[in-house]
Amino acid sequence: MYAQLVKSEGAKSREEMTPEEIAFQERIDRGEKIEPKEWMPEGYRKTLIRQIGQHAHSEIVGQLPEGNWITRAPTLERKQILLAKVQDEAGHGLYLYSAAETLGVSRDELLAALHSGKMKYSSIFNYPTLNWADIGAVGWLVDGAAIMNQVPLQRTSFGPYSRAMIRICKEESFHQRQGYDIMMKMCAGTPEQKAMAQDALNRFWYPALMMFGPSDKDSVHSAQSMAWKIKINTNDELRQKFVDQTVPQARYLGLTVPDENLTWNEDKGGHDFSEPDWSEFFEVIAGNGPCNAERLNARVKAWDDGAWFREGLMAHAGKAEARRRAAQVAAE
Amino acid sequence: MPSLPDVMTPDVERLAAQAPRGAPTASHIDPHLAGPLVEFLMRTGDNALILGHRVSQWCGHSPALEEDIALANQALDLVGQCQLWLGLAGEVEGRGRSADHLAYRRDAAAFRNVLLVELPNGDFGQTLMRQFLFDAFHIELLRALTRSADPRVAEIAAKAQKEVAYHLERSADLVIRLGDGTDESRARMQAALTYLFPYTGEMMHDDAVDRALADAGIAPLPSSLRADWDRTVREVLAEATLTHPGQTYQHGIAGQGGGKRGVHTEHLGFILAEMQFLQRAYPDATW
Ligand SMILES: [Fe+2]
Ligand SMILES: [Fe+2]
Repeated sequence: MYAQLVKSEGAKSREEMTPEEIAFQERIDRGEKIEPKEWMPEGYRKTLIRQIGQHAHSEIVGQLPEGNWITRAPTLERKQILLAKVQDEAGHGLYLYSAAETLGVSRDELLAALHSGKMKYSSIFNYPTLNWADIGAVGWLVDGAAIMNQVPLQRTSFGPYSRAMIRICKEESFHQRQGYDIMMKMCAGTPEQKAMAQDALNRFWYPALMMFGPSDKDSVHSAQSMAWKIKINTNDELRQKFVDQTVPQARYLGLTVPDENLTWNEDKGGHDFSEPDWSEFFEVIAGNGPCNAERLNARVKAWDDGAWFREGLMAHAGKAEARRRAAQVAAE
Repeated sequence: MPSLPDVMTPDVERLAAQAPRGAPTASHIDPHLAGPLVEFLMRTGDNALILGHRVSQWCGHSPALEEDIALANQALDLVGQCQLWLGLAGEVEGRGRSADHLAYRRDAAAFRNVLLVELPNGDFGQTLMRQFLFDAFHIELLRALTRSADPRVAEIAAKAQKEVAYHLERSADLVIRLGDGTDESRARMQAALTYLFPYTGEMMHDDAVDRALADAGIAPLPSSLRADWDRTVREVLAEATLTHPGQTYQHGIAGQGGGKRGVHTEHLGFILAEMQFLQRAYPDATW
């Protein structure tokens, strides 16, 4: 997901918990929201910072693969829709950094961790957008997968995160629809357009499945995050839901999902499907995906090249403040 | 006589002068004015399109998240305005060309934007300075166009004016803060101003198209906007502690040059190569 492999801190059994921790867990169990000024276990705070930070980074790095096609969007209307979408993603980054800041970590600190490679962003954004249908596929599959994860997170226990998710989810459904709309146009278009659409699905299918992360059936981290309600479903549950939702949509487009083992399983009421290549996933997470270096370099360059800009604004604010004070003194 | 946009020639002045002798017909408009009006709508629409393209190149690469958001939004405004202006241009022209057709199927010589908006982004300071110098003109143009004798023009201008008022507020504010910021930020803003200032005169230079529309009350004479533009620029530069370049050589006015006449810089060809790629490579496709 936008937050993958987030390590959870301090998984404790009930016997190991302090009375404070027990009271905290009971509040969560009752469905109460935890607000920033309230007491929380250090592990809860740290895990949330990791998860929200990674989610925020994913939103801003996620501008890049789609931004890659803004200047080449094939109609004025598509250009406007894509601009609006990329703008939304930057806005999502902003809400999420703000949510993380309520936990005592600044946006600059989080960005420094991203730039140094200490913090990650979603593996999906390390794949290239090579033809126009990729912009359709990203909206349809990537935003589609994000929605799967983020709709339940609207009920997450941490108030600011939950509220950020509610705002974000409203915009994500527009993102997915515009993506699917591009795919419909491409699939109803010329043979070349249809081929682009199939090519995009072929390349994005498994990376989209990887977004949910490897199976976490036996993960202690996941168990703790689920107890704290900062993770609501298991990775496998969400992946299954995503496949079941997406397969009929692909069929409607007349596209073939690139999986020979894909079949409907009547007993479980869902599809059987092939797992993505998890060794590829771990390579991408480790920095060896097709676009890792480019994505990170683009963000670092934007930050470094913009240093004079940010410093200029700070200096001006300082001068303006000094002038205001001087005027005050003169008036007295 | 062929309709104006069909003629890939910089010699618009002569054509505009001929326009009264049998210009293309279009509904709602004095047939004599249709040619100049189409020309003017393309100038205004192309300015928005090309500047929007330049601004959009910053998406995801700007110095701060707030800037990414603001620039995407500004590009969105400009492309939206371009769609309205070029849509009306196609309607007045009456040859069935849509806004998309005009944006994606004309070659550089048929584009009518001023040179300023196609200049490279440079550093973020150059992008902001270009935006400010253009916004300060754009707002005066739109304000005047809200009083156009052509209600369709007035309507688009009224919508665009609200957006551009905000663009100017933002760009002027940033020019001031960066001019009066650090030594480095001032030096960068001054260098941007020095580079860009010789491209500003073209915006306020009148030609036969402008005169024909001004006589009909459809659009202001560009030169009539100069005093207000000049005042805005002087005030903002003074507050930014930047040095006004004074009288400098101005590109695109003398001789046959200038974007309003379709004679561009080398940059526009590359902008169009990128922008029009899909429509050119797959001419039968719909998107
Ligand atoms: Fe998003
Ligand atoms: Fe999205």
